[in-house]
Amino acid sequence: MIASDTSLNHEYLPILGLPDFRANASRIALGDDSPAIKEGRVGGVQCLGGTGALRIGAEFLRRWYNGNNNTTTPVYISSPSWENHNSVFTDAGFKDIRTYRYWDPAKRGLDLQGLLEDMEAAPEFSIFILHACAHNPTGTDPTQEQWKQIATVMKRRFLFPFFDSAYQGFASGCLDRDAWAVRYFVAQGFELFCAQSFSKNFGLYNERVGNLSVVGKDANNVQRVLSQMEKIARTTWSNPPSQGARIVATTLTSPLLFAEWKDNVKTMADRVLLMRSELRSRLEDLGTPGTWSHITDQIGMFSFTGLNPKQVDYMIKEKHIYLMASGRINMCGLTTKNLDYVASSIHEAVTKI
Amino acid sequence: MGRARGVPVLRLRPRSARLCRQQPGKCARKPRLRLRVPAPRAMALLQPSRLLGAATSRRACLAPAAARSSSWWSHVEMGPPDPILGVTEAFRRDTNTKKMNLGVGAYRDDNGKPYVLNCVRKAEAQIAAKKMDKEYLPIAGLAEFNKASAELALGETSEVIKNGRYVTVQSISGTGSLRIGANFLQRFFKSSHDVYLPKPSWGNHTPIFRDAGLQLQAYRYYDPKTCGFDFSGALDDISKIPEKSIILFHACAHNPTGVDPRPEQWKELASVVKKRNLFVFFDMAYQGFASGDINRDAWAVRHFIEQGINIVLSQSYAKNMGLYGERVGAFTVICSDAEEAKRVESQLKILIRPMYSNPPINGARIASTILNSPDLRKEWLGEVKGMADRIIGMRTQLVSNLKKEGSSYNWQHITDQIGMFCFTGLKPEQGS
Repeated sequence: MIASDTSLNHEYLPILGLPDFRANASRIALGDDSPAIKEGRVGGVQCLGGTGALRIGAEFLRRWYNGNNNTTTPVYISSPSWENHNSVFTDAGFKDIRTYRYWDPAKRGLDLQGLLEDMEAAPEFSIFILHACAHNPTGTDPTQEQWKQIATVMKRRFLFPFFDSAYQGFASGCLDRDAWAVRYFVAQGFELFCAQSFSKNFGLYNERVGNLSVVGKDANNVQRVLSQMEKIARTTWSNPPSQGARIVATTLTSPLLFAEWKDNVKTMADRVLLMRSELRSRLEDLGTPGTWSHITDQIGMFSFTGLNPKQVDYMIKEKHIYLMASGRINMCGLTTKNLDYVASSIHEAVTKI
Repeated sequence: MGRARGVPVLRLRPRSARLCRQQPGKCARKPRLRLRVPAPRAMALLQPSRLLGAATSRRACLAPAAARSSSWWSHVEMGPPDPILGVTEAFRRDTNTKKMNLGVGAYRDDNGKPYVLNCVRKAEAQIAAKKMDKEYLPIAGLAEFNKASAELALGETSEVIKNGRYVTVQSISGTGSLRIGANFLQRFFKSSHDVYLPKPSWGNHTPIFRDAGLQLQAYRYYDPKTCGFDFSGALDDISKIPEKSIILFHACAHNPTGVDPRPEQWKELASVVKKRNLFVFFDMAYQGFASGDINRDAWAVRHFIEQGINIVLSQSYAKNMGLYGERVGAFTVICSDAEEAKRVESQLKILIRPMYSNPPINGARIASTILNSPDLRKEWLGEVKGMADRIIGMRTQLVSNLKKEGSSYNWQHITDQIGMFCFTGLKPEQGS
């Protein structure tokens, strides 16, 4: 549609990006019936991927949150997290980057108690980076009940929620389900940021399509925030690339394309879910020592296998299977053709090393 | 500076107001705020145990419900509209049929419409036919584009290219390139954090360098008396710049004046720069677009390099390929040798990754296809010349029309100046 539309050219987008993209991207995150959208207290900033959205949000927070140019506001990142989170907030000027407990290696699940304790102990107004769904790299998300507990503490401690939503739709196959946490926080009256990436759920990786959704107390606050976001965007990239945003906006505003997209997303998510169950059943059939239920309990692209560094080394050097030193594997890399090889390799690594 | 919930935040003065770090219940130092409420209420607000009534921007520390009713962003000022893009906004709002926009820097054809180059459309068709995937680019961008971009600027026979003593990374057009450069210099250029810009310069240069943590200074450049280049003023100022400071030059088609030094003047500028041991940052946003000849427009850049000055260079393909919204640009660092270039590249990547991870592919693929296909490259050079010629033609015609209208004023500067912009010499009142 875009390629054949001769009325389109390569002119600059506005500094904050394509209006249709921004509005619809925020709508995807917050829901069609979002009261915040109805009340006009939501704004979007088109950014270069999820990274760009995180960076613009971080730059804004450093300039305007908890005072003026307060570089000492603590920023809490989950332990573990995507490595680039730390760099984004450091380069934005924050001096006090901390971690909050998240992954419990012993039980291979969420360390909720540690997480809540860290939030209780955090200084008021600290910023918390929350993974909206499909936590990277552990694939372990809080349940809805656990999210409610987290929100309660954050509200009481005046902590700022900065959501990173890189996998909406991609995690469970359902857009609304993957956005539950963000929407719950909005319903609870939080002001928050949500960095959205369309790299995975639209497969637009190299087009760099992202959106920073800003939810504020009212329209006036959001308007002023966006005007300052403009100044930050202007000195970072002047205005964002048009191609990817047009694709997403066209898809989200066309009922037929939107339905097709949701279907595509579900297909991608389902394949990942299938690979998870297939890998787990193979390992259990092989009698590989340990429990492997975490492979299907976890969600999204990644799985924290539990392999230790020596076992990881074995996988890479002896079996030519490349994974992260943390034992994180990308489930998308599995196919019906390589499942057997991967399972038997894991079996060898665990039994030999 | 922190801010506790008991402190009222009312009408902060930009940048100058400082808030004291407070614990609820304590006020170590009275904040210097411009309070807009009568004194008794102000005192009440400073006592955090009181519940706050009126709806001004403040936070209560002991009443969460009241606190939730105010915003984290109450003190955020409304930012002014962008000085350059704000003109386009005002233009869009104007309902007069005779309106025209001579503000923002985007090429227009003779019908006043945006112009998509033929070579661009062909390149797009070729790319679409290949049905390539959308996998992430490397952090430094599309390698074929980077190489072609360096060769375009430096010339294919450049010794720098032959020896591989450079690194070029793809950037988010000119702005992104300048931003990477500014951040790189802030982090790694230890000799100085002073950047000398020509007076005047592109409006966005100042905030870009300032946001990166550098200080801005200026050297004389434009002479309003002649509407031309203040050569003696520039030499005078530059000869006094502290050694090892950073100096920025517009490679061609100076924005906003349209005034460029002549080659013999560039030679003297290079000589002074060498004597003062200054670090040179070239901004080249109009290669090919200025004179119609890509080699002529890059002459200053190449001359400086030949004189042994290891420059850094920002390039944009927004204008010369009409790829504005695709955000195509490059940042190049000339190094002592290939090994140094590798180290510099690694650090540039470390800067880029937390900014946007990796650059957008579409525009870079188009530019790379054009630069690397002989037919398309030839067509492109012709189209760039066409755009430049149309502008030069408009300059000539404007001058002759002004004379026809009976103006006795000397309008020679309109044709002396080069590139997209023209410093008319009109005063602000005349502009409105």
